[in-house]
Amino acid sequence: MAMTLSNPARRRLRTLGFLSPWLVGFSVFFAYPLIATVYFSFMHYNQIKEPTFVGLRNWTYVFEQMPLFGPALWNTLWLVVIMVALRVVFGLSLGLLITKIKTGAGFFRTAFYIPYLAPPVAATVAFVFLLNPGSGPVNEILGAVGISGPNWFNDPDTAKPSLVLLSLWGIGDLMVIFMAALLDVPKEQYEAAELDGAGAFAKFRYVTWPAITPIVMFAVVTGVVQTMQYYTQALVAGKVASGVNIGPGSVIQPGYPEHSTLTVPQLVYQMGFQNFNTGAACVLSLVLFAIAMAVTMLLMRKRSGLLSAED
Amino acid sequence: MPRWRMPICASAALAAAGLLLSGCANPSVGSANDDPTAPVTLKFWHGWSTPGEVKAVDDSIARFEKLHPNIDVQATGNVSDATVNQALRAGGDKAPDVVSSFTTNNVGQYCDSGMWADLDPFMKKTGLDKRKTFPKTLLDYTSYQGNQCALPLLADAFGMYYNKDAYKKAGIERPPRTMSEFEEVSKKLTIRDGKDSYKQVGYMPNFRFYQNSPDRLFAQWGPQYFDADGDARLADEPSSYKFFKTTRQLADAQGGFSDLEKFRMSFGDEMSSQNAFLTGKVAMHLDGEWRGLMLDEAKAKFDWGVAPLPVPDDQADTYGRGFITGTVAGIAHSSKHQNAAWELVRFLTADTKQVVNFANAIHNVPSTFAALKSPDLDADPTFRTFFDILENKHSKALPPSVNGGAYVVSLMDFAYSVEAGRVPDLRKGLKKLDDQIDADTLQSKS
Repeated sequence: MAMTLSNPARRRLRTLGFLSPWLVGFSVFFAYPLIATVYFSFMHYNQIKEPTFVGLRNWTYVFEQMPLFGPALWNTLWLVVIMVALRVVFGLSLGLLITKIKTGAGFFRTAFYIPYLAPPVAATVAFVFLLNPGSGPVNEILGAVGISGPNWFNDPDTAKPSLVLLSLWGIGDLMVIFMAALLDVPKEQYEAAELDGAGAFAKFRYVTWPAITPIVMFAVVTGVVQTMQYYTQALVAGKVASGVNIGPGSVIQPGYPEHSTLTVPQLVYQMGFQNFNTGAACVLSLVLFAIAMAVTMLLMRKRSGLLSAED
Repeated sequence: MPRWRMPICASAALAAAGLLLSGCANPSVGSANDDPTAPVTLKFWHGWSTPGEVKAVDDSIARFEKLHPNIDVQATGNVSDATVNQALRAGGDKAPDVVSSFTTNNVGQYCDSGMWADLDPFMKKTGLDKRKTFPKTLLDYTSYQGNQCALPLLADAFGMYYNKDAYKKAGIERPPRTMSEFEEVSKKLTIRDGKDSYKQVGYMPNFRFYQNSPDRLFAQWGPQYFDADGDARLADEPSSYKFFKTTRQLADAQGGFSDLEKFRMSFGDEMSSQNAFLTGKVAMHLDGEWRGLMLDEAKAKFDWGVAPLPVPDDQADTYGRGFITGTVAGIAHSSKHQNAAWELVRFLTADTKQVVNFANAIHNVPSTFAALKSPDLDADPTFRTFFDILENKHSKALPPSVNGGAYVVSLMDFAYSVEAGRVPDLRKGLKKLDDQIDADTLQSKS
């Protein structure tokens, strides 16, 4: 006898059917890796032999016996706060400027967007060359006008700010997003504000800002998540600036100078793929995930508050 | 869903996930059941990258294929250890059968993890007596706790290159033999340029300079890194303090770490025509035997010589020693053609004619007794200086460790802090370094 499905069951199946592409993606690319990471964080596993259960050993190792975890976490959070904030401010300022420009806007748009297209490794190598304290053109120009340039990537005090400069140079993506948001603000609202006697600042404060708040939030949230995973530029800058020859057999501690550019993702790679220490790498990844999750939830709450205030 | 079903479903899901995960964690296993005379294609990954080196590897492969017409070898060069590691973890058809590493640092890790297959059964099967073939030092650095998972594929010995013209100008008659002479000669050879720069430094002691990894010069003291229980003992090792004191004195004698570091940043790439020794910015230079060939090919504009690195004053009788390392080769655990792979490994590492030809071609030190005595070996005296360093009974290689070169990376990191003057209490710092090395080692054990 053929089994007949009741209406609610059929509806549930249909719903699941429509949801299935997302469900498959979520399971394969998020749920499974997350469960696997939690599982391996309690295992000793070198990715060759069978994993063995070691309880909390990996966790105590990371929190108590890994001296570089503290500096790496500090650097990562420093970059999240400073880099994201400056990128949003700089991207928004550029967007505002270019939307106001009457002539040559196309040229400036292109000029500011092009660096974003440069591959991160190439851009970083070029930046380290330009800012080389011994032979770089930037310090030579500064020297010519009587300014003693900093050591940029070779000084622990200026290495992270140099990375921020590099990220501001490639601000093109944010600039374009902000430009789209700014051009979307209804003109009549500006006209109404002008009739009420609003100046430039008041117009930005009461018209522009409320209209672009969701976009700013988007930029901040995606910026935080991306910066939590900051790896390539920090690794390349550290290695190139250190001048250490990286041959096929050489391994060096990333984070030059003095661990100032060491980020948690670099430690994850080092633990997981150089030291065969999958357990510790998983613990570090989970810490990163927890922080990114907490910050994102906080921002989303703030965002809903802002949006409801706006409503 | 009723409430009582939720915990059951969650438990079932977690149990299923656990089973799935442990299943996924099964490594791909290779086999040694293949017939080495059957037609097969082997993938060989190595680290050599310069045109001359790649040609030498290709010539070696051609010689092997002539002897084994059934085996086709696909060689891939310029492959780093990290790439090899990831390929071997992933396994599959694209992974290499024969692997090599430019460093001995990771051998302990390769053997302990099972990533590289144990070669003893293959040697037994084919009648190769490793003790009669390879020097003991080389066998030690290619095995870990009795597991011979690698064999030496030529060796590297480190010595000192010196600029004879600069010596003549400074009135120096012979290379220094002790550390105090080294300091004196370095000072004489240093030529300042303005307030904080140089035209030439005698010897660049900074650890980030080219091959100056601290373990290389430290070998001149003959340190013992680990005690009998495998615990790090750098804080208890008297030579640790002498070594750091000597490197500090070498730097101070030539203007101090900061000025030297700034000068180092102006150096060109080590393997380019802008190499600091080649361009005359450095008069004495710690390097391996391969540099001689590069200096000849680059037609250095000065007369140069080679000598062993100086030794501590209180160990003058050990002069002639040096740091020993080398390229190592092995068979991937995931290879399905391990007997055929062994034929290639055996040919590359133990065939006297091949070892001699390859050593002559890339200017590396031969790694077998027979090749070292071969009359066909390059007679260039500068090259032969490195043979003597290799055979010197006081020469040192790094001890293998369960987590490979992790302890060397920790030592390097510590040495960078010491040279920059950021370690006020050396004993305390070394104690902390020992604790760190021990914690890392424990963490890597099952």
